[in-house]
Amino acid sequence: MDGSLPAAPRFTRTARGARSERAQRVAKLVFGAMALAMVAPLIGIVVYLLVRAWPSLGWEFLVDVPRKGMREGGIWPAFVGTLYLVTISLAVAAPIGVLAAIYLNEYARDNWFNRLINLAVINLAGVPSIVHALFGLGAFVYAARFGFSIQAAALTLAIMTLPVIIASTREALASVPRAFREACWNVGATRWQTIRAVVLPNSISGILTGIILQVSRAAGETAPIMFTGAVFYKAVQRGDLFPYRLGDQCMALSMHLYTVST
Amino acid sequence: MSAAVTTSGGVPAERRPSRSTLALVSERVIETLVKVSGVSAVIFVVAIFFFIFREAAPVLWNKDFHIFEFLFSTEWYPTSVNNVRYGTLALTVGTLSVTAVAIVLAVPFGLGAAIFVSEFCPPKLRETLKIVIELLAAIPSVVWGFVGLTVMSKIIVTLTGTPIGVNLLNGAVILALMSVPIIVSIGEDALRAVPDSYREAAVALGATRWQTVYRVLLPAAKNGLLAAVLLGVGRAVGETMAVLMATGHAVHIPDGLLNSVRTLTANVAAELGEAPAGSPHYRVLFLTGVLLFWITLVVNVAADLVVRGIRRR
Repeated sequence: MDGSLPAAPRFTRTARGARSERAQRVAKLVFGAMALAMVAPLIGIVVYLLVRAWPSLGWEFLVDVPRKGMREGGIWPAFVGTLYLVTISLAVAAPIGVLAAIYLNEYARDNWFNRLINLAVINLAGVPSIVHALFGLGAFVYAARFGFSIQAAALTLAIMTLPVIIASTREALASVPRAFREACWNVGATRWQTIRAVVLPNSISGILTGIILQVSRAAGETAPIMFTGAVFYKAVQRGDLFPYRLGDQCMALSMHLYTVST
Repeated sequence: MSAAVTTSGGVPAERRPSRSTLALVSERVIETLVKVSGVSAVIFVVAIFFFIFREAAPVLWNKDFHIFEFLFSTEWYPTSVNNVRYGTLALTVGTLSVTAVAIVLAVPFGLGAAIFVSEFCPPKLRETLKIVIELLAAIPSVVWGFVGLTVMSKIIVTLTGTPIGVNLLNGAVILALMSVPIIVSIGEDALRAVPDSYREAAVALGATRWQTVYRVLLPAAKNGLLAAVLLGVGRAVGETMAVLMATGHAVHIPDGLLNSVRTLTANVAAELGEAPAGSPHYRVLFLTGVLLFWITLVVNVAADLVVRGIRRR
């Protein structure tokens, strides 16, 4: 090539080019608007809730008990109830979930059985919350004879939130490079020694993220606890930190919002 | 160190990795624990089916109960004195109609937002949007129901002039808002999974971003996007509290967007508390649970197969 090719015409704007550029701008605008339409409700909801709640937000609202048929007073019994449910469900779900993720990521080979486990995790996450409630009622309340109690409700929540912990722990474990493990095996460590000394310390922040997600999920669920241990009202002393025992029924924040608003 | 190396003859015993019995035993114990936890998910899924079916099963042999009527009759009179009927068709249609409207609303917005986040948006904005998506996904369903009951119903009453704001449309809008985050995050993953070389090749041919998206990326990521939509459907079908609070309570086949409907999930939540344990009504509600279990199982397995389809290629 000796420079005889005419360079200019290739870069002039053709009608077709202008059209496709216009299409590009329109597409960007439309998709941007769609993304914005997704953000707007979140901001709207948060602002609406804050504005409406502002006059009554405060320490008194938190530590006081509901009064006058729950139209006045605070949310203490529900708050402590949710705290109980979340703590117990976390104590059950976290070890099982983290160990299950370790199995899936560190031990499992790619065979039909482990694909079945994967499918089970996906399904456990996809089962409707009301079906978990039916399961909790049938298995823990009646079959295990726990009765309508905190333990039954917390166990139901634990099983429901297990996939949250499994999924995020797995992601955290998978992000530790394989070279780290190989280096550790090469100095003679066993599989578990490698996991404990190298893999877990390097993925702890991801595992904690999963645990926080589990807590938020467990605290917000209503249906699974509605029929296994949460009640409309339970008399509790103002500011009492230990009002419930494991076999008791309790109030919960999500349940409280449901009963107060309907 | 050097002492071990200089020992005469063969491999000296000290150099072999020697572990205490305690270490070996604890290794075994932990490995077993890990394996048992790994299998736990399968056990739980089987247990969920077993315990729900166990509570539901006796009604199948009850002579007043017909499975055909359960699936295909619109007559749901569980507490009637002389004419007890357990037909769930109206509830199934309620679930399908609310889900369908929700998906029609959510899919364009979800996929559009996924395309924007993955292809058009500057990196900083992307991080912010991803956090917003996670926040949206984390709002408890009872809060969504509360929003439907208070805000959305007022908006619907003002815009359409119907007397009651809790209806099919309200539930569908709330469900759409709830399933959009799932569609966005999984759809975005699917678009990100398309190799950059595809984008580079398209741009090198002179395609604009938008041409790249709809000629190259959408066909390449279509399985992942389909899976995203399916998981959104799964979420919408299984949602309980939000539809219980936002759709009203009438058990009938809706003939318009402003009709009140009841879904399978909301029906269980509304009536389980009143049905005496062990009664046919109680058992039929568990049977509804079995039905829901299988519906979501099929949807989730389908979504997983579709995703696996992309990985294999």
